[in-house]
Amino acid sequence: MTSTVDGQLPGVALTKSELLEMYRLMVLIRRFEEVAAEQYALGKIAGFLHLYIGEEAVAVGAIRAMDPEDHLVTHYRDHGYALALGLDPRRCMAELFGKATGLVGGRGGSMHFADASKHFWGGYAIVAGLLPIAAGLGLASKYLNQRRVAVAIFGDGATNNGAFHEALNFAALWKLPVLFLCENNQYGMGTAVAHASAVREMYRKACAYDIPAEQVDGQDVLAVYEVTKRALEHCRSENGPYFIEALTYRYRGHSMADPETYRSKEEVEEWRRQRDPIVLFRQKLLSHTVATEEELAALDQAVEEAVAEAVRFAEESPEPDPATLTQYAYADPITVR
Amino acid sequence: MARELTYRDALREALREEMYRDERVFLMGEDIGAYGGSYAVTRGFLQEFGPERVRDTPIAELGIVGLGIGAAIGGLRPVVELMTINFSLLAMDQIVNHLAKIYYMFNGQFTAPVVVRTVEGFGQLAATHSQFFENYFAYVPGLRVVAPAVPKDAKGFLKAAIRGNDPVIFIEHSLIYRNRGEVPDGEDFLLPLEGAEVRREGRDVTIVSWLRGYYLALGAAEELAREGIECEVIDLRVLRPLDIETIVRSVQKTNRLVIVEEGWKSFGVGAEIAASVQERAIDYLDAPIARVASVEVPMPYARNLERLVVPNKDKVIEAVREVLYQRTLVPVAR
Repeated sequence: MTSTVDGQLPGVALTKSELLEMYRLMVLIRRFEEVAAEQYALGKIAGFLHLYIGEEAVAVGAIRAMDPEDHLVTHYRDHGYALALGLDPRRCMAELFGKATGLVGGRGGSMHFADASKHFWGGYAIVAGLLPIAAGLGLASKYLNQRRVAVAIFGDGATNNGAFHEALNFAALWKLPVLFLCENNQYGMGTAVAHASAVREMYRKACAYDIPAEQVDGQDVLAVYEVTKRALEHCRSENGPYFIEALTYRYRGHSMADPETYRSKEEVEEWRRQRDPIVLFRQKLLSHTVATEEELAALDQAVEEAVAEAVRFAEESPEPDPATLTQYAYADPITVR
Repeated sequence: MARELTYRDALREALREEMYRDERVFLMGEDIGAYGGSYAVTRGFLQEFGPERVRDTPIAELGIVGLGIGAAIGGLRPVVELMTINFSLLAMDQIVNHLAKIYYMFNGQFTAPVVVRTVEGFGQLAATHSQFFENYFAYVPGLRVVAPAVPKDAKGFLKAAIRGNDPVIFIEHSLIYRNRGEVPDGEDFLLPLEGAEVRREGRDVTIVSWLRGYYLALGAAEELAREGIECEVIDLRVLRPLDIETIVRSVQKTNRLVIVEEGWKSFGVGAEIAASVQERAIDYLDAPIARVASVEVPMPYARNLERLVVPNKDKVIEAVREVLYQRTLVPVAR
């Protein structure tokens, strides 16, 4: 089978190479996370490890829609965003291993990825804590006339927290270019949305602040891309913030320490079988002859090798130099003791 | 050259000069604009600089500090005001979990140079509006905590805080805004955000304090000087980084130490100073370290009761006599 001449999907303004790159990134996130879980079981990775498996379409769809100059802040389930941004999987894995070559030199670990050169200002591990920071980035953008949108990605659990409401109010009040992207993966740690939120649909909470909001199928990478593109344009055109709720699901527990007593295996299997974002996207690419089985298999294989190489790199990298322990506590020198 | 300014005017001058110097400097806080600031520090600023740079906020302390952090990461120089230190507790997550850690946690990739101005004090305001929480901030690595007592420091510290690259918790005191003092001329008058200062030399006993406590110490020293007791008075000025060496040097000379603080004694800044001095100079101490602090109750409203709670000059004098063994040893301010 051969691909179509232009390699495009009907109604989608993305080239074949862009579409295949989105596929590759989703597979990369999936495989990276599976291998991270293995390395955790082997004791190579410690602490908390919150996996993103099942939610790949949100990171890839949303970040593909962003301009390189836009700001990004996220919650602690942050490996997917880093990889979707194009950050080196080797440095991502090395961070999980706590090595000096990691994204943040082994100081942050799984929950605190960041790369200032990509305007990725960090994964934040206090639920909802990143949202006022995102509003502040929006404020800076507006103040400096930069037309840069601050994108905040957070979970459904964050919407029940005061910081969420303060941030939305500020953003709407001051018409700040902030995209609030809520990943509703149905659970805040082990508590189902219905047990934690008086309102089941997260996007409806934005109406309290007159912020335009909508829901999107978070398992459909192109749908996420399209709605994010539109939302970013809204923010960039000085219309203030926008709110997207992406309906998604995580296949793994909240973290590696999660016994998953709060949901049934059948429920997880149902999502995996019916709504897997990679399977769905793959089928779409094949059925519209954007790509061939062989092309996709080659991408899968390349990802497999990249992740294996990331583990090798992480293994072989040095631990942080103990002499740097107190470095970066303060930016300006301190002489008083 | 220098002029005499009030503490309040020194702060106002620092803010105005830095706002003129650097377009990225802006103010954000509750009632700082149209109202003019709860303590009138920013009166007239809204008219002078406009609403983009003098931003009245909702009553949402966590949001205020969080927006400050984001704005700082995004390239601005925010000076955020928390109306009083009592309300800073609502912003504690942003201050402790985010502001203090961003530079370290992300491996020095970027900083959040936010200046958080806040005020402590009392004056028949009852339990929730009369608290002293500098120890909460001084506890946290990554923050700089300054507490200027005199106009010169108020101006030099605030300007340096705005220009610096670290987050600074800038604590003022509501009862010293009218105090006057010499302030050097020059728009580039900056003071490094560290270092205690010996403001009065003495041989008999060291008294260390900060903010309003410094004035109590000075008053006590002047009174005691009339009977020949010479107190060395140290204005601590900065709580983190703590300049313990200046205190130790003084104790090595006087062999006696009195710490004056307005907060509660237990687990306070004074406790830290006392512990650090005994670590470094226990052999130099001729008497147990005395601490003058607030009585450990929530602040009562009634005037007579409030006066019993907070330190005053007489309590400082009593403590000095105690470490000089001029009195039988009785606990001060329990």
